[in-house]
Amino acid sequence: MQERLKELQTEALEKISTAADLKELNDIRVSYLGKKGPITEVLKGMGKLSAEERPKMGALANEVRDSIAAGIEEKQKHLEEAAVQEKLAAEKIDVTLPGRPVKTGNHHPLTRIIEEIEDLFIGMGYTVAEGPEVEKDYYNFEALNLPKGHPARDMQDSFYITEDILLRTHTSPVQARTMEKHEGKGPVKIICPGKVYRRDNDDATHSHQFMQIEGLVVDENIRMTDLKGTLEIFAKKMFGDDREIRLRPSFFPFTEPSVEMDISCKICGGKGCSVCKGTGWIEILGAGMVHPNVLEMAGFDSKKYTGFAFGMGPERIAMLKYGVDDIRHFYTNDVRFLKQFSVHE
Amino acid sequence: MFVSYKWLQEYVDLSGVTPAELAEKITKSGIEVEGVEVLNEGIKGVVVGHVLEREQHPNADKLNKCLVDTGAGKPVQIICGAPNVDKGQKVAVATVGAVLPGNFKIKRAKLRGEESNGMICSLQELGIESKLIAKEYAEGIYVFPNDTEVGQDALEQLNRDDQILELGLTPNRSDCLSMLGVAYEVAAILGRDVKLPEPHAETSSEKASDYIEIQVEAKEDNPLYVAKVVKNVKIGPSPVWMQARLMAAGIRPHNNVVDITNYILLEYGQPLHAFDYDRLGSKQILVRRANDGEVIVTLDDAKRELTSDHLLITNGTEPIALAGVMGGANSEVQSDTKNVIIESAYFKGATVRKASKDHGLRSEASARFEKGVDPNRVRAAAERAVQLLAQYAGGEVLEGSVEADALQVEPAVVSVTLEKINRVLGTELSMKEVEDIFARLQFATNTDNDTITVTVPTRRGDITIEEDLIEEVGRLFGYDNLASTLPVGSSAPGHLSQYQNKRRLVRRYLEGAGLYQAVTYSLTNEAKATQYALEERKPVQLAMPMSEDRSLLRLSIVPQLLEVLKYNSARQNDSLAVYETGAVFLSNGEEDLPEEREHLAGAVTGLWHSHPWQGEKKPIDFFVVKGILEGLFEQLGLSDKIEFRQAQKDGMHPGRTAEVLLSGEPVGFVGQIHPTVEKELDLKETYAFELSLKAILEEEVSPLQYEAIPRFPSITRDIALVADQGTAAGELKGIIKEAGGKLLKDVHVFDLYEGERMEPGKKSLAFSLKYFDPERTLTDEDVTKAHDKVLEAVKEKAGAVLRG
Ligand SMILES: [Zn+2]
Repeated sequence: MQERLKELQTEALEKISTAADLKELNDIRVSYLGKKGPITEVLKGMGKLSAEERPKMGALANEVRDSIAAGIEEKQKHLEEAAVQEKLAAEKIDVTLPGRPVKTGNHHPLTRIIEEIEDLFIGMGYTVAEGPEVEKDYYNFEALNLPKGHPARDMQDSFYITEDILLRTHTSPVQARTMEKHEGKGPVKIICPGKVYRRDNDDATHSHQFMQIEGLVVDENIRMTDLKGTLEIFAKKMFGDDREIRLRPSFFPFTEPSVEMDISCKICGGKGCSVCKGTGWIEILGAGMVHPNVLEMAGFDSKKYTGFAFGMGPERIAMLKYGVDDIRHFYTNDVRFLKQFSVHE
Repeated sequence: MFVSYKWLQEYVDLSGVTPAELAEKITKSGIEVEGVEVLNEGIKGVVVGHVLEREQHPNADKLNKCLVDTGAGKPVQIICGAPNVDKGQKVAVATVGAVLPGNFKIKRAKLRGEESNGMICSLQELGIESKLIAKEYAEGIYVFPNDTEVGQDALEQLNRDDQILELGLTPNRSDCLSMLGVAYEVAAILGRDVKLPEPHAETSSEKASDYIEIQVEAKEDNPLYVAKVVKNVKIGPSPVWMQARLMAAGIRPHNNVVDITNYILLEYGQPLHAFDYDRLGSKQILVRRANDGEVIVTLDDAKRELTSDHLLITNGTEPIALAGVMGGANSEVQSDTKNVIIESAYFKGATVRKASKDHGLRSEASARFEKGVDPNRVRAAAERAVQLLAQYAGGEVLEGSVEADALQVEPAVVSVTLEKINRVLGTELSMKEVEDIFARLQFATNTDNDTITVTVPTRRGDITIEEDLIEEVGRLFGYDNLASTLPVGSSAPGHLSQYQNKRRLVRRYLEGAGLYQAVTYSLTNEAKATQYALEERKPVQLAMPMSEDRSLLRLSIVPQLLEVLKYNSARQNDSLAVYETGAVFLSNGEEDLPEEREHLAGAVTGLWHSHPWQGEKKPIDFFVVKGILEGLFEQLGLSDKIEFRQAQKDGMHPGRTAEVLLSGEPVGFVGQIHPTVEKELDLKETYAFELSLKAILEEEVSPLQYEAIPRFPSITRDIALVADQGTAAGELKGIIKEAGGKLLKDVHVFDLYEGERMEPGKKSLAFSLKYFDPERTLTDEDVTKAHDKVLEAVKEKAGAVLRG
């Protein structure tokens, strides 16, 4: 009897090890461990055994049963795992195929530049002021110390609609309008972006319509050193910490003193190249201390108040920053051009 | 203004300062030096040669065979093609081994069988622009005066061993349109002295006033007129150095008399004019305004009709010059001229500007008058001119000058306090430092406690107020030396306005939805200005447009965006989505500014979605674009106030266009571009929208308020309704919403069927209705009650019944 049990165990374990799938394994389970299985059969003969041997034999039978059950369980685990592996292998995809495109557009490069500048100055306490693109001669010229007959306001340079109404030639009228609204009380701290228009034939460096962004600060005790410090922050933010700046005296009717700001040329590192015309410097913007006539005309006491203003062209900045070689690209809206500005460094 | 470094040295000691260093110093303290030109750059080995023999080349009609002494050993044979080469001339010879501009190396050569050992040069070949070369040498080689020494460096003889600083003058610095002005500026920058010329000429016993009488009628236009008379001049070339200086400054040499007047123009900034005394036709000069219709023939032989705006120099009756602009042909200095009158005058800028503009004559002279000459240099310039005429034209200077003087010259006197200077610049300068700066500028000053009073020389007419003085101090102190600070004092936080914030949101949303932002022109042509306008208004028109295509301001952005699609489509990008935000302009009549309204427009064409390897391809349709707008209104909290209504619009597809209403007011449209327009533009199916961004962003929106997350379940009922083909889904939805009452939380269309299984003229629309009560769990009875009302309403109001 004992031998028969051992035989059964060996036989079952043998079969388990060669079972090919779960079904065969289940058949083995049923045939060996089921109620009608051979072990049960063997145990039926237990009655013939002595009282001493009966428990021993019972224990052996259980041992055999457990060993077969354990064998089946282990084998089942293996087979299940193999089945999963097979399924996964069949589900393999080519991950190098392209993904389903997500539709995206992006900012126009000029908006990108303008918003970058707006945000920088908002962070320094400025608000964004806007004004009409069709302006009165008064705000575009007279209020900015450009009286009638001044050579800098030649009819040839502006698009007039009537004698008194024209397309603004700069965003400075927004400054005049904002100061007027403040009724002689500071502080004024604004940044004014917008479209402006001049009578130019469109070519690689000229456009009859272009953008400008100007800043204005008026308060008691605004100093030229404040202008310099402000512009330095701007230049480093826009063009990188390693750029040097210099202020050069210049002339604008609405500021006195007037300056132009240059930044050191990135291309040649200041040694001189064709981009900077050999000077090592690139002109970025015009600025200055607000002319007392401009303050007075807008209702500010020029004895008490001083201010600074600066203005620049987003096209020029974009051209320098991104190496764009033709101003017309900004207005043609070729998608091959626009798309390039979806990348954010 | 072109400034010769060598010439400048005559007035200011430039030792220890190279031209490049000088350029940088000038730029930093006030005037931008736009370039420094080295005149003899890339040239070597050119010497003065003597043409000993010249004969016709045996094998070529147009070539000459010359024997030339170059001062280095045996004379050499040179073949020369210039028509004016001749025996005895002193010429510029590029010897074998020489280099000319453009890295052109001179080698020994054979020309038509004859050996040539070098090249006789024209001035063009030495790097001088043709338009600057005196007429006699323009077509051939240059010939030196006979006394020029053979073997010398020819470029040195031509004063080309020099560097030219090109000054970019701002309108306020016309004082530097003269060498003396530049000298004062450079002296101030370097802290050195200015050496002024001291004109002096021997005069004859005859008096100028016996020869000419001056009378000025138009004293306002011409407050000072000075005339000097020089007799027996010998017309000929001016000295080489003078010609060289003129050419380097961009002026073409003519003859000694004309060259001297131009030389003074450069040196003093005072334009002069020389009249041929014997051709004057009288002994009188009368300055007056022209009569309307009066005619003058100017030096360039052009007949010019005048008006009373123009100032004339006349001989008492006939015009002899257009004042400050150009002389008359009748009194021009010619090769046989003997006696000359030199005019040095102060003409009013505006008068000269008017004449030069009206006649399209801008010259070195008119440019200087327009900006205002120094009234205190008028007489000195005349003195200097006659000195040079005596020296270089052999003239006999008559005693004295004849003048008409009504000029009141008062130098500007301006005061400023040290406190103000330091307050504006942000500096801590002492009075001593400020005084030093004005001393360098040679401005007389007077200090009284904290106040410095400056008497500004008349040459610096740009300085009139204290801020001008502050600028002088600032720029000579050096902006490099300023500290960097930030404004102090009350400061409020910076921010965007609500409108500006929302505009950014709109842009970001549309970009996220797949549209590229475009920026187009506001100016357009008549057809495009009004096409697709939201409101019928007159467009704003330019008074003097540059072209038909840019003559009016747009009333709509869509036409510009269609242009963008067309442009891209023609370049293999026929699937594209763009949008723009920008102003359109609605006329308010001649007197007032137009109304500027910010619009939002978009245009989409071609495929909306394409994912080829998985077989997905979806062209744009109306509902793609509508969906984008719905999403936008959702973000702006306007969904409940927006309505799309079937509409007709010129240029749009008659069946696929909707008007967009906000709180019942039209604010724009969306739809398909009319197929004929698509065809004209060569576009695939294209959809567009234009909305008044202003109306949308200014619409009041209730503040954001949290709504409790539902605690009770909702009940959904689906219904399929059979309705007339013409019944709009939006209409049915409206009826359902109204009838469903408080419990009906949401309604949406989930199916549309228009196929054969329907009765003709009918369609089936399926809606999903969601009922919900925040207070309790709804019973079937509750819902049925509400639902029955819905069914009743759609039947009654739209004749729609449940599909059987
Ligand atoms: Zn460079």
